[in-house]
Amino acid sequence: MPSFSMDNMVSILPEMIVLSLALAVLMFDLALPKDEKRYLAYFSVAGLAIAGYQTMNLAGLQLDTFYGMFVLDGYAIFFKVLFYIAAAIAILISIGYVKGQEMDKGEYYALILFATAGMMVMASGADLISIYLGLELMALSVYILAGFMRGSMKSNEAALKYFLLGAFSSGILLYGIAIIYGVTGTTNLAGIAAFIQSGQYSGPALTLAMILLVAGFGFKVAAVPFHMWVPDVYEGAPTSVTAFMSVGPKAAGFAAFLRVFTTALPGIQPDWTVIIASLAIMSMLIGNVVAISQTNIKRMLAYSSIAHAGYAMVGFVSGGMQGVSSVMMYLFIYMFMNLGAFGMVVMLRKDGVAGEELKDFAGLAKKNRTAALLMMVFMFSLAGIPPTAGFMGKFYVFMAAIDAGFTWLAIIGVMMSAVSAYFYLRVIMYMYMKEPEGEFELAAPLSLKLAMAVAVLGVLYIGMAPAGLIDFARISIAGMM
Amino acid sequence: MLLQTGFIYFATVIVVCALMVITRKNPVHSVLFMLPLFFHVAGIFIMLNAEFVAAVQVLVYAGAIMVLFLFVVMLLNIQKERVRPRVGLKWTFTAPLGLTLFGFLVAILVRSQYNGTQGSFTIEAVKQIGNSQAIGQVLYTDFLFPFEVASVILLVAMVGAIVLAKKRLD
Repeated sequence: MPSFSMDNMVSILPEMIVLSLALAVLMFDLALPKDEKRYLAYFSVAGLAIAGYQTMNLAGLQLDTFYGMFVLDGYAIFFKVLFYIAAAIAILISIGYVKGQEMDKGEYYALILFATAGMMVMASGADLISIYLGLELMALSVYILAGFMRGSMKSNEAALKYFLLGAFSSGILLYGIAIIYGVTGTTNLAGIAAFIQSGQYSGPALTLAMILLVAGFGFKVAAVPFHMWVPDVYEGAPTSVTAFMSVGPKAAGFAAFLRVFTTALPGIQPDWTVIIASLAIMSMLIGNVVAISQTNIKRMLAYSSIAHAGYAMVGFVSGGMQGVSSVMMYLFIYMFMNLGAFGMVVMLRKDGVAGEELKDFAGLAKKNRTAALLMMVFMFSLAGIPPTAGFMGKFYVFMAAIDAGFTWLAIIGVMMSAVSAYFYLRVIMYMYMKEPEGEFELAAPLSLKLAMAVAVLGVLYIGMAPAGLIDFARISIAGMM
Repeated sequence: MLLQTGFIYFATVIVVCALMVITRKNPVHSVLFMLPLFFHVAGIFIMLNAEFVAAVQVLVYAGAIMVLFLFVVMLLNIQKERVRPRVGLKWTFTAPLGLTLFGFLVAILVRSQYNGTQGSFTIEAVKQIGNSQAIGQVLYTDFLFPFEVASVILLVAMVGAIVLAKKRLD
């Protein structure tokens, strides 16, 4: 057992920066007048940039700290960078929106930062206990954010639904952790793997625990059949929160999911491969097919988010260096394109109210060519059409599946991508081929434009030059695999 | 033998109380049935030589959380709950499903072996250094990191309660 050393403090430096940032936002909030809260947003984004810089400085380190509770490795750093970018873009998207919806409070930004800290702990957790606590920190912050629009019944309903189902899924996850502890006598990921390797365990309890863990993490990444909450919560929550929610917690869920299953449970890989493969198929199938019939764009993107969890799981099933790095890359790309798509929904207001219906996009190209073009890029990317990043993400995920011998899984994925093109391209059809009705009002402050620029550059750059990202992902996990 | 009889007694009362909590029509009765439930859970902790956890269980759950529940139930003045039937048509599908799942869980857990590596805090070791001290020692060394994260979770819960429930935010 290592004793307490400076390594401990070094390894949690990024977490400490983000947490101090959240606390500072809470404090500064008191000093700022009511309509100046946007400075907190700028402050948060600047702080996240500093955290990102510090985190990149730690790259290459491999620190096992806090008595096996916490690990700082390339894998964690990759996801932390993803979380910073996601949080920063989400905050930039929010600035104008929260003002319009009367939820312009300092706590909003603080909660996004708290959620980010929770996600970072999840990505760095080397013990089921610390992963669980990180998950709760993230989830609790996001429950509150979902209900931030206090005047709206829908937002209240979304928060309550998310909270109740989330608490239930946490319970299932904890039950799985408890059984694992009962069987192996430890909650440490490496310890669990060592115990399974030693061949002392017998009986199906470990498989049961694994299934319960799949259920718990499956809820967080919004995979079928644990997806029931997704459409209602995504639709009801404030759009800027939905943007954050659809990207951050999903990536964090995958970060913990992948780490637990590849480091603690490789001994029963055949068992979980079957389960996750069926989850992937169901998610791709139900997500894409049900999305076709949606008329509300937030609901459509909710089902699309379920489908994308399915694609990422295809890479998960493939396993190994190639599979895991393809999932990481997919999540990174998904972050840019999904935040971009939600950013456009945030931007669009019609006749004075938020434009959340598909028909609100009708004729957008005639009114504002740039906005329509941006939305088109994001839709192309989500559908996986080259030269956008979405294509590259799917390419690497399906490639990994084929190389690992899951050709049939890749075939289903490609078929479902073709189905998904229908509802993504329908948005483009509405924008370009329909006549505009009503008065468009694009609420695009500079911050939102900046966020959209970052997102679209991310989508196009990775789409044309994916080598840098895939190398980053592969180097990150070189030590883990 | 004594341990087993004790466990069977505590476990039976816990299950019965839990069933009473979810079947009572009057929410105040539901909450009151939680009181013996919490005490019997504490009883199980005592049998496991975990006096500290037992004391915390009584103090926090029976003392604080119970009272909070009662306050909320009384303040909300829930009358509608009394008349609405609780067992509906969908129970014909969900109840067998739930029972099957329960059967599976029991069958699997009974058939498995639990021979995991033992920690350093065996019953003898705990008796020697004292219960609270052992917990304190572990909490501030091995579990220091989760302990700190838990404190942040509590802070977030507090911020959330204020944001969502404060009468007027300005």
